[in-house]
Amino acid sequence: MNIFDRMMTLDRRWVFLFLALVCVITYVWEFKIDISTSKEVENIYNFIENLEEGDYIFLSVDYDPNALAELHPMTYAIAEQAFRKKLKIVFMTNSNLGPGMVNQALRDIEDSLKLDREYNGVYYEGRDIVNGIDYAFLGYKPYPALVIQSLGLDFRVNFPTDYYNVPLDSLPILKDVKNFDQIECVINMAAGNVAEMWITYGQGRYHVPLALGITGVMGADFYPYLGSGQIFGLMAGLLGAAQYEKLADNYGRARDGMRIQLFAHIVIILFILMANVGFFLSKRQARK
Amino acid sequence: MELMQVDTFLWTTLGAFLTLCTFSFLYKDNPFYKFAEHAVVGVSAGYFAIILWHTGLQPKLFNQLRDGDWFFLWLNASGAHYIIPAILGIMMWTRFSQKLSWVSRWPIAMYMGIAAGLAVPQEMKARVIEQMYSAMYNTLGWGSFFGTGFYDSTSGLSQIIIFIGTLSALFYFFFSKEHTGFFKGVSRFGLWILMIGFGASFGYTVMGRISLFVQRIQFLGDWTRVVWDDRAGALYMLFWVLTFGIFAVMAIYEIVSFARRKQATS
Amino acid sequence: MKRQIPLMFVFVLGFLMIIQFFIPHEKSEDLASFLLDWIVIIGIFALALGLWSLVRVSWDKVKHRKPNWQYSVITLVGLFIMIFFGFDYFRNFFSAEGLDNYMYVSFYTSIVIPVQATMFSLLAFFIASAAYRAFRARTVLATLLLLSALIIMLRFNPYLGPIGPFCERTSVWLLNVPNLAAKRAIIIGVGLGMVATAFKVILGIERAYLGKD
Repeated sequence: MNIFDRMMTLDRRWVFLFLALVCVITYVWEFKIDISTSKEVENIYNFIENLEEGDYIFLSVDYDPNALAELHPMTYAIAEQAFRKKLKIVFMTNSNLGPGMVNQALRDIEDSLKLDREYNGVYYEGRDIVNGIDYAFLGYKPYPALVIQSLGLDFRVNFPTDYYNVPLDSLPILKDVKNFDQIECVINMAAGNVAEMWITYGQGRYHVPLALGITGVMGADFYPYLGSGQIFGLMAGLLGAAQYEKLADNYGRARDGMRIQLFAHIVIILFILMANVGFFLSKRQARK
Repeated sequence: MELMQVDTFLWTTLGAFLTLCTFSFLYKDNPFYKFAEHAVVGVSAGYFAIILWHTGLQPKLFNQLRDGDWFFLWLNASGAHYIIPAILGIMMWTRFSQKLSWVSRWPIAMYMGIAAGLAVPQEMKARVIEQMYSAMYNTLGWGSFFGTGFYDSTSGLSQIIIFIGTLSALFYFFFSKEHTGFFKGVSRFGLWILMIGFGASFGYTVMGRISLFVQRIQFLGDWTRVVWDDRAGALYMLFWVLTFGIFAVMAIYEIVSFARRKQATS
Repeated sequence: MKRQIPLMFVFVLGFLMIIQFFIPHEKSEDLASFLLDWIVIIGIFALALGLWSLVRVSWDKVKHRKPNWQYSVITLVGLFIMIFFGFDYFRNFFSAEGLDNYMYVSFYTSIVIPVQATMFSLLAFFIASAAYRAFRARTVLATLLLLSALIIMLRFNPYLGPIGPFCERTSVWLLNVPNLAAKRAIIIGVGLGMVATAFKVILGIERAYLGKD
């Protein structure tokens, strides 16, 4: 058995260990990398940046903890930018473990907003955000397609109360908001087929401007919707989140994670190249 | 830096312990992994049950019947008509009964009818008509044929490649006709386009999967950083050592067993 | 009758929703609101079936001492602990205070989030191992797939020197041109399939959801 044959029959746990070691070493060795931004992410950032104080946006946080690595940074970056600009945010989730994600994000963002910060040369004073005045969290209802359809008719059809069982009509933020007509845009952070449901039942029916934040696994699948104009922006995976953080001048988990991604990708590429070199050399030897 | 509260640290330590239990599966299936797996199934089911009650049934059903009386079967409530979907929902529960499972077909049929009826025009519009419109309109309505160069994806050349690529890939999926001659050539080109698309998906998938592991490293790193903070104290250090210690002992035991097995066989 | 009435429901409601899409009148929207309101309530009861199924299966394992029955005890304990805290120690069934219960939130944050996130992060290792063992450029098509994947994976790498900008521009072009074409074809195909299946359900050709007699 030559070295390449031995490589082909290597116990996969050595591969696991090597990948884990590379990631841990890169994490410990702190350095920053520069990320270039793409047009589809810039579209979302510019859209939010051009909104005015008091405008409404709808954030649909449709992911479970299994996708929080990629989508939480997006939620944080967008929500913080919107809150700093004093936009009104309506949160909702179509995921059954999503309410916990929204609550966690709101808790962390509330703490961050209390601090005075400067983003892209603009100084923002620390502020408190109040449920019912600065934001509303509608909560969760099952069957996303039907819920999205009903939101376009009237939020109160399937959300007579918010997550905390407070009637929507008694929330000052939603006093004059009936449906998507009063919303400037919907940004959907999704880890499954809910993103397609938003395109079909939300944007397709009610023509509300829609942007998506999706996991890397789904990343390449939504470019046709971008090309057809059904969505105006797309953030795919941790790279999309890192690009948004760069645009928002908000160095967070995503940008920190990209440097570890970099070396992990190099390791996987090296494994693939090594395996292919071994494969071709073995084939040549077999032919001889 | 504000010190993490003791109770918060203990909950985080529980999370770190369960994280390491789950990672232990990479070596082999073991009781620690099984424990974490079954714990999360039970806890998430319980979490979801409460969410369904408080944010589902409570506002949509109980609140509507709140002003009614139980001895009138809530028929005197202002939202009395909501009893009908409640009854239909309860009919769904007969699914588990051999004799009465036919009763559950009514609410299932209602759901299927509404969902299918919603899907027909809207899926057709969003997935077929809009995509076809975009493919044809962009192909005919470009500003400049070469744009700013080969890499310009809005140029006429790129739009024609997209149009031909889309058609060719659709040709590949048409299995009602044998792929011969011109048809074979076009579907072959479509297959190439599909392979490039799947390669792009694979590249993104690798990034997606790695980022999940990256976040776990960040979580464990933050937890470790709290311990190494000078002011954290002996209690935090003790829990950190205990958590890592369990897995370190397991790892050492496995290495020693492996070495002994190798010695015995050689 | 046991099958005819449900099939009639599907037919009537299906066509009603199709026609409703094309009528932009207030009454039509009121009808849609009414049906969507009811169907979500029915759906909530259906989801409870899943929870009951979990309890039944776990209890069955414990009762008959099937292999690894001890872990089913953990499942049931976890389920009932969350229900206990979610109803605020069984003090509040009809107010949402249980949603903010300290133990309820802490169990979610310390058990559900870490374990679910970690389970999916295991896929990082499996994809690395699978790519190492199975990803071979045996044919032209496999080579195309491999090259496309490599370009996408290298797109944000700042250490590639002169080929860095080439990777960046090529990956953007790959995503917005051939990848878009491929995925568009798939989306159109899936869309046509979904519409065909929905019509089959409405017309009663597809009846698998009714189960057996």
